[in-house]
Amino acid sequence: MAINHLAPEQTEQFADNIVGFARALRAAGMPVGPGAVIDAMSALEVIDIGNRADVFTTLEAIFVKRHEHAQIFKQAFNLFFRASEEWKHMLDSVPLPDEARKKPQAGSRRVQEAMSQPRMTETPQHQEQDLRLSVSDREILQKKDFAQMSAAELAEALRAIERMRLPQAELLTRRHRPDPRGLRLDLRRTLRASLRTGGDIIDIHRLGPIEKPAPIVALLDISGSMSEYTRLFLHFLHAIGDARKRVSVFLFGTRLTNVTRALRQRDPDEALASCSASVEDWAGGTRISASLHNFNKLWARRVLSQGAIVLLISDGLEREADSKLAFEMDRLHRSCRRLIWLNPLLRFGGFEAKAQGIKMMLPHVDEFRPVHNLSSIQELITTLSRPLPPHHRSLIRSAA
Amino acid sequence: MTSAANTSGALPASVDAMLELLTSRGYLAERSLATVTYLSLRMGRPLFLEGEAGVGKTEIAKVLSAALGRKLIRLQCYEGLDVSSAVYEWNSAAQMIAIRMAEAAGDTDRDQLSSDIFADRYMIKRPLLQALEPDVAGPPVLLIDELDRADEAFEAYLLEILSDFQVTIPEFGTVKAPHPPIVIITSNRTREIHDALKRRCLYHWVDYPAAERELAIVKTRVPGISAKLSQQVVRFVQALRNQDFYKSPGVAETIDWATALSELDARSLTPQVVGDTLGALLKYQDDITRMQGDTLQKVLKEATSD
Repeated sequence: MAINHLAPEQTEQFADNIVGFARALRAAGMPVGPGAVIDAMSALEVIDIGNRADVFTTLEAIFVKRHEHAQIFKQAFNLFFRASEEWKHMLDSVPLPDEARKKPQAGSRRVQEAMSQPRMTETPQHQEQDLRLSVSDREILQKKDFAQMSAAELAEALRAIERMRLPQAELLTRRHRPDPRGLRLDLRRTLRASLRTGGDIIDIHRLGPIEKPAPIVALLDISGSMSEYTRLFLHFLHAIGDARKRVSVFLFGTRLTNVTRALRQRDPDEALASCSASVEDWAGGTRISASLHNFNKLWARRVLSQGAIVLLISDGLEREADSKLAFEMDRLHRSCRRLIWLNPLLRFGGFEAKAQGIKMMLPHVDEFRPVHNLSSIQELITTLSRPLPPHHRSLIRSAA
Repeated sequence: MTSAANTSGALPASVDAMLELLTSRGYLAERSLATVTYLSLRMGRPLFLEGEAGVGKTEIAKVLSAALGRKLIRLQCYEGLDVSSAVYEWNSAAQMIAIRMAEAAGDTDRDQLSSDIFADRYMIKRPLLQALEPDVAGPPVLLIDELDRADEAFEAYLLEILSDFQVTIPEFGTVKAPHPPIVIITSNRTREIHDALKRRCLYHWVDYPAAERELAIVKTRVPGISAKLSQQVVRFVQALRNQDFYKSPGVAETIDWATALSELDARSLTPQVVGDTLGALLKYQDDITRMQGDTLQKVLKEATSD
C-alpha cells in the first residue's frame, strides 16, 4: 500500500506525520528524542517515499536503537501508516502524556508514610513496639528474620540496607593510568617532562593498570514462596547498584525479566515500582530450569563476559526438577567467575538439602549462603570483598 | 572495476543502485540492509550493525570499500584498547634521538625543541587518525569491528570522533577530517552499547537470511557445488536454526560447511557425512551432542525430502 499522504509537496503535513509518529512511539514506551525526528525528516528526503518498505527501514534505522524495540516499532508503523484517510484520525487518538499519566513524584510514598506516621503511633500497641525498637540494640534487628519483622522493623532494615556499600574484589583491566609505583614506563609523559629541562630526563613517569570492580549479575526468584524477601533483596540490589555501574538484575518466576534498567532509577521506591511494573509473574510459581535456560541462551554471553560474579537468590523449590536443571546450572556455573547461591531456607538450623531441586543445583555452586537477616547480608558483603579463587588470582587483587 | 559508478568512486544514487553495487561484488544483501547502507552514505552518518556472529556484518564494510574503490581501515576492538593503539602514539625513540641531536648541535631553545619533536613526522598514526586524513580516492571506509569487546571508556572516547569526525591531540591541536569517512560499526551484543553512541548512528539488526537468499549466497560463494546439495545444505541449516541451540549457525558457517562438503565430493547429505562435518556448523559440544541420533535423523529427513 503506497502512503500517498507523504507527497513531497505537502511538506508541512509530512512533518506533522513524522512528529505524530514519533509521539506514538514515545507513548508506546520507546525512547525517541527530537534529534531522531529531525534525522528522520532529512533521511526521508533522500529516499523514494513511495516505497513503503524503504520508508519502514529508514524510520526503523533512526528510531529503533535496540533490537528489543523492533517489534513495537513494526506494530506502530503498521498501525500509524495505514490508509491515507485514516491517519489524521489516528493522530488525534494518539495518547498524549497528560497529567493523569504522569509518574508519581520521587519519594511520594515515603512522604505519605511520613505524614501518616503520627496517627499510627497513637494506638498503645504501636507505642509499645516503637519503645521496644528504640531500646532494642541493633543485635536484635541484625539477627531477626526478614519474614518475621514488623513494619517498623522492616523500615529500619531497609534503611540499614540503603547504607550498605560493597567494597569488593577488584579486577585488573588492561588499561593503564599514571601510577608512581607502576611497573610500566610512561615514555610519552617522561619525554614531555624532559623538555622542561632541555631534554635531560630527570623524572621517570610510570603507568599502572586500572582496577575496576567485577560486574555482578543477580538472578532473583520472585515466586510466591520468596515473596517476603523479594522487596528487601531488590532494595539491596538497588543499593549496591547505586554505587557501582555494572550490576545487572534479572527477576524470574515462571519467566525471566531483565529489570536492570528499571532498577537504575535514583529513587529506590520509584525504581522498585517500575521494576514490579515490568514483571508479569510476580509472586506466582517457579520454573527455575526454564528461567535459567532463557538466561543462558539470551543473556549469559552479554552480561557474563567480563568475569561477572553471579548471585542466585532462590529457595530452590522447583517442581519440575530433572536433568535439565542440573544441565542449566552447570552451564551457568561454567560461564561465570563465581556462582553464589543465596537461600533464605538456610536460616533453619537443621536444614538439609532434601528437595530434589536443591540437590540438583547444589553441586554446581561455588558457595551456598543464607540470606534472611541483616547480619547475613553483611556477611555476604564481606565474602564478596575477599580475594577471589586462586585460578583467577593473577588478574585479581582484593580490595584494601 | 565493473560498472561506471565504481570507476568514479561516486556514491550510488538510489537504494536500487546500492543493491546492485553490493550484488556486483558478490554480497547478496536484503533490501533493508541496502537501504540503511545507502542512507548512511547519503547522510554521512555511521552505520551501526548488530546481529549474531557470522551474518555478514564485517563483510559489508569490505565489500563497500572494494566497490567504491576506497581504502579500508579496520579497527579490531578488544578489552583494553586505548588511545595509543587506536588513535596515535608518539615515536618516543625517534624523539629522543632528535633531542640528543639538538643537544649535540648546541641548540638550547626549549620552545623550538618542543615544537620540533611534537611534529607530524614523529607521530605514529593508528586507524582512527588515519581514517580522518584526506585520501585521493575519497574518504576511506572505517570499520570499527566488534565494538562490544572494547570497554566503556573507549566507547565514550568514540563519541567525539563519530559526531564531529575530529580528534584532539594535546601537543598538536585538533585534527579534523575534511570529508567524514564512511563508518561501519559492528557488535555481537556480548555487551550492551550505550545509547549515546547508538544515537549518533543509524542502527540496523542484521538477521539470518531467508532460505531463498541463503541459497543464492551459497551458490555465489561456493561455485562448484551441485544444485541438489546446496539446496539440502540450506534446508538443513534453516531447520537447525529452528532448534533450540546455544549457538545457531550463521551464514559464514553455512558457507564453511558447503565448502567442506564440496571438498569431500559429497553428492547429498547422509547421516555419515553430516556427522563427520558437523563441527563446521556447530561450535559447542553440547549442541553437537544434542544433534546425535533422533534429532539428526529428523532434521536430515526434513532437509532431504523433496
